[in-house]
Amino acid sequence: MQDRKVLTDEQINRELLWFVFNRPTRFWVAITIAGLAFLAGITAFSIMVTFGLGVTGLNPVVAWAFLITNFVFWVGISHAGVMISAILRLTQAEWRRPVTRAAEVLTVFALATAAIFPLIHMGRPWRAYWIFPIDFARGVWPSVRSPLVWDPSAIFTYLTGSSLFVYVALIPDLAIARDRTTGFQHRLYSILCLGWRGTPMQWKMQVLAGILLSGLILPVFVSVHSIVSWDFGMSLVPNWHTTIFAPYFVIGAVHSGVSGVVTLMAFLRIFMKLENYITPDHFDALGRLLTVVATAWLYFFLLEIVYGFLTLETAETAVRDLQILKYPYNIMFILIFLNSYFIPVPLWLFKRVRRNVWLMFVTSLMVNVGMWLERFIIIVPGLLYRQPLTFVWGEYTPSLIETTLVLSSFGLVTFGFLLFSKIFPIIPIADQKEGQAVQEEIQIGKVSVPAIIRE
Amino acid sequence: MANRSILGIFRDPESTASAVDSIKQAGIGTQDFDILSGVPYPEGTFGEHGPGHKLFVFPLIGAACGFSVALLLTLGTQVSFPMVQGGKPLIAIPPMMVIMYEGTMLGAILFTVLGVIFESRLPRGEVGLYDPRITEGYIGLLISCPEDKFSTVEQALRGAGAEDIKTESSSGVHR
Repeated sequence: MQDRKVLTDEQINRELLWFVFNRPTRFWVAITIAGLAFLAGITAFSIMVTFGLGVTGLNPVVAWAFLITNFVFWVGISHAGVMISAILRLTQAEWRRPVTRAAEVLTVFALATAAIFPLIHMGRPWRAYWIFPIDFARGVWPSVRSPLVWDPSAIFTYLTGSSLFVYVALIPDLAIARDRTTGFQHRLYSILCLGWRGTPMQWKMQVLAGILLSGLILPVFVSVHSIVSWDFGMSLVPNWHTTIFAPYFVIGAVHSGVSGVVTLMAFLRIFMKLENYITPDHFDALGRLLTVVATAWLYFFLLEIVYGFLTLETAETAVRDLQILKYPYNIMFILIFLNSYFIPVPLWLFKRVRRNVWLMFVTSLMVNVGMWLERFIIIVPGLLYRQPLTFVWGEYTPSLIETTLVLSSFGLVTFGFLLFSKIFPIIPIADQKEGQAVQEEIQIGKVSVPAIIRE
Repeated sequence: MANRSILGIFRDPESTASAVDSIKQAGIGTQDFDILSGVPYPEGTFGEHGPGHKLFVFPLIGAACGFSVALLLTLGTQVSFPMVQGGKPLIAIPPMMVIMYEGTMLGAILFTVLGVIFESRLPRGEVGLYDPRITEGYIGLLISCPEDKFSTVEQALRGAGAEDIKTESSSGVHR
């Protein structure tokens, strides 16, 4: 990390709270676009509720498709946020400071959006309470044997944990905002910061909370995507019931999630003009991490295909045949390879690419296009049952309603993220100041290099 | 004799540490002063007493509570709605473990957050004697001292290089 800049506390406060206290036109433009996309989704959902699931492309054979693909995709995106934050906190990596909160907030909004999609997919979301043990009147309880009951428990734990993680780390920054506001804003920040004063005990608790919550959330992060994979793995659908689904899904989630964080960091640097905080060094580090993660993902991706062919079961090979050779899935298959590995990874091997914010932005977006398609070709071809001696021969074409819902989910996450960054500092101010307080330039021979002094 | 609070505002950790030495010499105990800062300094930077805590107990209690609730829920729902599936035993332990794991972790997380808030002595209705410059890089030395030591402490703070001094009495905050 050679790019560390020397900034004063006052400058950090001013620059990181600028977006909170000012109303730039670009913010209104961005939030309006995101809001309109979200509204389109609400309209599509209203049409679906009014006319029923018939307005989607779903049918008795292909009962899971676009909406569940999108659910898995957003759960995946939600993963790397807290994972990156937690690992960097636990290892006390200095470059974590500007990255953690944005990553955690991405987790919260991506996960909340993911949680909405199974409800929409149900067609009758008002019956969602059936999966919770609250129906005392009739004495009908959810079956704990069903992965569809495990899923809400995991997502609820992860969402609660991630939200609290964000809040606890936000308390010192809320106090900074409190000290610089008047009127309603002052009252709001005063309530939210709980009367923080910055005593040694309060700081000590902050440090310990970061470590403890990171340690607790990391296993939950692994369990959530494992459980999402068991939604598929516990079924008898060909192509789904493989034993490697849990680690395969987890590594896929990390791949798409870390890419999501890169996209977000580039967005923050360009859109919020945070060049002093998010530097090419951060993209360099994340690019290196992505190279490793992408290669691990490729291993599992290929392993899953090989396992399918290894058994030579008719149903399995029929699905592979569909995925790899038949239009339009073969095109998607090629796009997955190219977008998620063979274009970005060779590029990330070059330092110049890793330190180029725009190139990292584009390549990280490509990864997520590929990862969305990856989830799609796991889900839909398996359900088409296009194999000899089958009594069903599925067809699936996504409807405009489903496409709108999927696109609107991107609007919803962007809307939530922008709204959060308008109310709260998106880069941890106190953390940033701590980084300044413990940094030092040391002279080694003829060069002066940044160093970190800490306990 | 009633105690009064006094807050010295310092520009850097060195002068704050020197002020702490001075007030200790003036007879102020480690439990009678607190440091207020905008960034976490390493423990003992100002010569303050290292705070003790019991935070690590909270996640353990939380985990035990979460595990118990999840066990109760998973057992209770299966017993209350006895539906044999696939000829398997009514109480299915492997799937219960998934929910019990999540329950345990949820309990641990919730109690950790409660513990952090409790040990931080939050929430506080009133911030009390405080200065917004603390979140701008200044360091506050907040002392609670008896009336008869008040002027000695004030002089010690000024002598150590306090940029500003605020006091609190029954009539409010004075500068």
